[in-house]
Amino acid sequence: MKFAVIQFPGSNCDQDCIAAINGIAGLKAEYIWHKETSLDNFDAIVLPGGFAYGDYLRCGAIARFSPIMRAVTSDARAGKLVLGTCNGFQILCEAGLLPGALVRNRSLRFVCDMVTTRVEVDDSPFTHGCQKGSLLRLPIAHGEGCFFADTETLRNLNDNRQVILRYADSRGRILPESNPNGSIESIAGICNRERNVFGLMPHPDRASDARLGSADGAKIFRSMMQTITANSATSERSKQVA
Amino acid sequence: MKVKVVVMPKAAVLDPQGNAVRDAMRHLGMPEVRSVRIGKYMEIEADGENGELESRLHELCRDLLSNPVIEDYELQKEKPAKRKRTK
Repeated sequence: MKFAVIQFPGSNCDQDCIAAINGIAGLKAEYIWHKETSLDNFDAIVLPGGFAYGDYLRCGAIARFSPIMRAVTSDARAGKLVLGTCNGFQILCEAGLLPGALVRNRSLRFVCDMVTTRVEVDDSPFTHGCQKGSLLRLPIAHGEGCFFADTETLRNLNDNRQVILRYADSRGRILPESNPNGSIESIAGICNRERNVFGLMPHPDRASDARLGSADGAKIFRSMMQTITANSATSERSKQVA
Repeated sequence: MKVKVVVMPKAAVLDPQGNAVRDAMRHLGMPEVRSVRIGKYMEIEADGENGELESRLHELCRDLLSNPVIEDYELQKEKPAKRKRTK
C-alpha cells in the first residue's frame, strides 16, 4: 500500500512523515514533488507540516495553487484518503477541501509542546483504531494553529460529527487551560463531510515511535491502512458479484 | 493600472495582534483607544486600464490575496495621474 507525501518548497516534516509511514508494516511512503500532476499510483495522500512558500501572505495560501493540488483535489473528491498535518491542514483549509481557517495563536506565541488530544469520533477512516474518548499524546509546533469557523460552519461540523480531535487535559477534560492556541471549541482536527479528508494541527508523524515519547500518531496511519484494505476488499467483492 | 488592496480580519475573527497593540497604546498614555484591528495593505501595479482587468483582480483578491472565511478585502483604484496642461 503506497502513501504519497507531497513536498512543497518549505515543507519540513516530509521526512518525518516518510519515516513514520515506512515504520508501519505494510505501508510504503514516497516523496512527490509539488510540481507533479498525478497521484494515480497512490492509495493515500499526506500533506506534511512545514512552511510551504514561507507561509507568505497566509499559511497555505500560495501552496494551494501548486500543480499537484489539482490532483489532490480531484482524488479527494473521488474518495481517496487525504491527511494534512500542521501546515498540511492549513493548505487543505485554504484549498477549500476542509471548512474553516487557521489563524494566529491567541497567545501570539509559536507553541512547541506535547499535548493531549481526545478522540471525538471513533468510526472515521482515520481514527477507527481508537476508542471514542481515548487520548492521543501528540506534539504540536505552530504559530498559526488557532482554528476558526463561523457559527454556521461550526454547527455543521458538530452536527455531522466532523470534529475528530479536541485538545484536552491529561484526564480527557476539555478546558481553556488545555487549549494551546485558542482554537474555537478546542478543535485540534476535523474531517470533511464525506469523511475522507482529515486535517489536524498536531503531528502524528512525530509521534509514531515510543522512543520519541509517544507512538499514538501511528494509530492514525494504521487506521488509514485498515480503511483502505477494507474498502478494496469491498470493491473486489462487488466486482466479483458484477 | 495602480490599485491598493486592503485586507482586514472579519469582525468575528479574533485579532490578538490588534489587541496587543491596543493595550500598548493604552499603556503609552492613550486610554481613549477602544480597539485596534491589524490588516494587510498591498500596492499592485498592472499593465492595462480596462474593466476586465479589474474584474480579474477582484477574482484574485478573493482567491489569493484574502481568505473570505476570515477576511474582507477592499480594492481601491488609483486615479491615473493627470497630465500637466501646457499653455
